[in-house]
Amino acid sequence: MNALATARRVLLQLRADPRTIALLLVVPCVLISLLAWVFDGSPGTFDRIGPVLLAVFPLVTMFVVTSVTTLRERTTGTLERLLTLPIRKLDILLGYALAFAVVALAQTALVSTLALGILDLHVQGSPALLVLVALLSALLGNTLGLLGSAFAATEFQAVQFLPAFVLPQLLVCGLFVPRPMMARPLQLFSNACPLTYVVDAMQGVVATTEASAVTGDLLVIAAFILGSVALGALTLRRRTP
Amino acid sequence: MAAAIELEEVAVRRGDRDVLHGLTAHVPAGQVVGLLGPSGCGKTTLMRCIVGVQAHVRGRVTVLGRSAGAPELRSEVGYVTQAPAVYGDLTVRQNLQYFARLLRAPAAAVDATIDAVGLSSHAGATVSRLSGGQRARASLATALLGRPRLLVLDEPTVGLDPVLRQELWTLFGNLAGTGVTLLVSSHVMDEAGRCDRLLLMREGALIADEAPAALLDRTGTTDLEQAFLRLVQS
Repeated sequence: MNALATARRVLLQLRADPRTIALLLVVPCVLISLLAWVFDGSPGTFDRIGPVLLAVFPLVTMFVVTSVTTLRERTTGTLERLLTLPIRKLDILLGYALAFAVVALAQTALVSTLALGILDLHVQGSPALLVLVALLSALLGNTLGLLGSAFAATEFQAVQFLPAFVLPQLLVCGLFVPRPMMARPLQLFSNACPLTYVVDAMQGVVATTEASAVTGDLLVIAAFILGSVALGALTLRRRTP
Repeated sequence: MAAAIELEEVAVRRGDRDVLHGLTAHVPAGQVVGLLGPSGCGKTTLMRCIVGVQAHVRGRVTVLGRSAGAPELRSEVGYVTQAPAVYGDLTVRQNLQYFARLLRAPAAAVDATIDAVGLSSHAGATVSRLSGGQRARASLATALLGRPRLLVLDEPTVGLDPVLRQELWTLFGNLAGTGVTLLVSSHVMDEAGRCDRLLLMREGALIADEAPAALLDRTGTTDLEQAFLRLVQS
């Protein structure tokens, strides 16, 4: 129940900041609309890139939001206080994940309704699967952001982790150049990047109605999520120097 | 009387500096114990050892019969850091409701505790809009919620007006009357007289561990500031 209490607290904090909520929900909608407009002349391109962005948005926004909020929790002393109380570290992490999953769900529902319903994005697979991939992507951004915040001393640094961490992954994920056409070292690097599997899963949803085609990708994403939760829990120390 | 805190040769080294050099003391239960000494003498580090958040502690720290930092102690020990550790973007009541749920405290405890620290008129105010003293009291309130048996308070009265300070010390005395042990740090000597017992620290070492009256007696002085100076000079 401590996880639920923590999720509720995080959502209350977010509610106190309506501008951030607006940015989280409106910016992805504006971006996807802009993209549809840019590729107005070649609908095929929008169908290829649009879904990938639907998966990248939640990862990017959740990464920033989580790393800044948990960093704030680390620097203001509330995390230290929490760790002196009868709450398990996992409950703190789960609380954050739950709260931001709610936000990610709202974000994804809004953006995908806009993309599929109004902007005429064509997807072979089921919209439910598309939302599932986007949600997993949000959770991944969540747990990676939490882990990243352990290595940042200030909010400036935490925000800088985004380009440092996400842009290289975006370059090699297969969106710009198909992965088999990249140099061998780049392929190996992209194999190690979580975003690669998110993008691959989304491309699977676009291309086929078979859910089984993306199962492998989803499992790898889940493994990355669990791995970063475990590493993130290690960065929550009850005793500090 | 059973000791609430037992320290045996407690030492902490941070970097190449010894912050605490082998402290030994016994804090009896149900008393208000003042931890006094100049800024930077190691008061906070000692409190961190007792709460069990300090890493690399040598020696032995026993709290309420258990090793400091034991999981069972997390609902028994309330710790208030010097900087208020509450969520600035929540209201006082929302903060307390969250901590009450973690501590399994009844919902009624929230308003009662807000009242006890004199924040009733600000219960619905966002913490970041409060003054420093009000924020400190909100932070104190969260530690009172779970009815802890030991309260470790790091400079809880800094920046408060004399009336509020008086009220808080009365509250501390009342809590001690119900069997709660309080370890309260301060760097102002005039608060020392309100304690049942004093631990005086200087440069990482204990220079006195006795009741205020006994300290005055031993040093042949009439006020605690003088007593402290006498101890340092001898």
